[in-house]
Amino acid sequence: MRAGNGPPGPFRPGFWRSPLRGPWLTSVFGLVLLVGLVIVAVTGLLSYAAYEPRLPGNDMTPGKGLLGFYLFDWPTHPAWLYRVTQGTHVVLGLTLVPVLLAKLWSVIPKLFEWPPARSIAQAVDRASLVLLVGGAGFQFATGILNIQLFYVFPFSFYPAHLYGAWIFLAALAVHVAVRLPRAIRAVRSRDLRRELRTRLADTRPEPPDPNGLVPADPAPPTMSRRGVLAFVGGGSVLMFGLSAGQTLDGPLRRTALLAPHGREYGTGPNDFQVNKTAASLGVTAAEAGDGWRLAVVGASRIHLSRADLLAMPLHTYALPIACVEGWSTEQVWTGVRLADLARLAGLPPGAAAVTARSLQRVGYFGQASLSTGQVADPRSLLALRVNGADLSLDHGFPARIIVPNAPGVHNTKWVRELEFRREGR
Amino acid sequence: MTRRGRGASRWASAYGAGPWHLLGLAACFAVAGYAATRVVGAGIGMGFAVWFVGAVIFHDLVLWPLYSAADTAIRSLPKLPARLGRARPAGWRPAVVNHVRVPAGLSCLLLVVWFPLIMRGAERNYRGAVGLSTSPYLGRWLLITLVLFGVSGLLYAVRRWAARRPDH
Repeated sequence: MRAGNGPPGPFRPGFWRSPLRGPWLTSVFGLVLLVGLVIVAVTGLLSYAAYEPRLPGNDMTPGKGLLGFYLFDWPTHPAWLYRVTQGTHVVLGLTLVPVLLAKLWSVIPKLFEWPPARSIAQAVDRASLVLLVGGAGFQFATGILNIQLFYVFPFSFYPAHLYGAWIFLAALAVHVAVRLPRAIRAVRSRDLRRELRTRLADTRPEPPDPNGLVPADPAPPTMSRRGVLAFVGGGSVLMFGLSAGQTLDGPLRRTALLAPHGREYGTGPNDFQVNKTAASLGVTAAEAGDGWRLAVVGASRIHLSRADLLAMPLHTYALPIACVEGWSTEQVWTGVRLADLARLAGLPPGAAAVTARSLQRVGYFGQASLSTGQVADPRSLLALRVNGADLSLDHGFPARIIVPNAPGVHNTKWVRELEFRREGR
Repeated sequence: MTRRGRGASRWASAYGAGPWHLLGLAACFAVAGYAATRVVGAGIGMGFAVWFVGAVIFHDLVLWPLYSAADTAIRSLPKLPARLGRARPAGWRPAVVNHVRVPAGLSCLLLVVWFPLIMRGAERNYRGAVGLSTSPYLGRWLLITLVLFGVSGLLYAVRRWAARRPDH
């Protein structure tokens, strides 16, 4: 069968008429995505490390095999690291959405290529593109829905997003290896500065290419090449500008108009971003009230009231809470050092890891384990107060964990038990 | 031709690319295949597979037909005055199409990404997690859309004014 003689409609080369499709434009989008996605992937994998998956209860995914690998203890210095890496992961991912859509638009004629494969190599290559396109769509969709707490997918977000990443990255690596030389040649085929000076009236299609991106029968252009770049770039600026504010404190936070966690609560000491209210997790004011006792378990088991804790040496640090969903905020916390509580439990800090258990009855992260390094850091607190006031119930009253550089959900709220274990570094 | 050269060319004609190509792709399928077994091991195989296949076709067979139909409609806008017999003869005027297309496209982009907040689908989980309602988001999106069209319209007016100046 001759090329172009396939089924009608989109399978005929004459169907695709945009005069702007071509290897140069596709390669520009591709190279932007390459740089951006590498950063998104690295920050995403770092986030898995930040969850300390080797510690008990932190990654309960069954059968994780080699993908539950553990590389290093997540550090407590600098305290803002996770805030930056995870903020970058989410905000950069959002920023790349228009570029990804533009890239998919630019290569859509290839989906309908006829015949579907001219060689075994091309058939295998196209099979890997199913993983590439599916993996990209899956990762972006699950991430975007998860940060909006729109849990419509029939699986837990964490393993799906992590395993989806490995499928996507495998396909991306081979796609880059096969296409990068061609993409670099294509980008060099036109001068970007000249494109940025070329008006609509002077916009011409790229010269015909062997891969069939340039249309056989181009329509007259309705947008210049610089117009398309401005359109896509404008989309990215918009996505960034309307969401980046949720990683900042102060007046700029209000700029996050379309981001789930850029909201204003008020001006009081407890008026900052809540993640999971007490009511939604079945924690009542009564059980967090006067009858509450903290069980500190180690060599011995002791129970402490909030008054007992307030009588211990208290320390105050400004530390960020940084959520896996990308938002973050720094507040001033006052409480008892975890290291002091480890000593109380009869274990020397530096050799003590801890599992913190919450009053919460439902939902994920009712407990979280912290490493010896996290327990030993003098800034790691069982916080009792924030910004000079008692914690509110939604922020974890009577006591919550705050650890520098830990992912937000590891700062367990409404702590009822701290179980210290001896562990070598 | 050497024996090795003949072998390589026989391979290339049978396969269609060099052996490293197959090696790279085999490695890709091995990693992806292993990840897929872990997905099944985590007990989420079915839902994962359905969403993955959905993600493969979502842009090309769902989004693209929608936005390309919308774009065709927008592109026919400038022909409207002509059809109504009110077209002004002579004189170059800047094309109106991109001044509709760009703000409309950007507004749709924001809606596609943030629809769980804007259309309030996430309300129950959001209220439980954040302690606030999603109700402001629809107004915010409409406001941003209005600003996008406003800025675009303003730019159009400026371009048109510049095109009309006698020294132009």
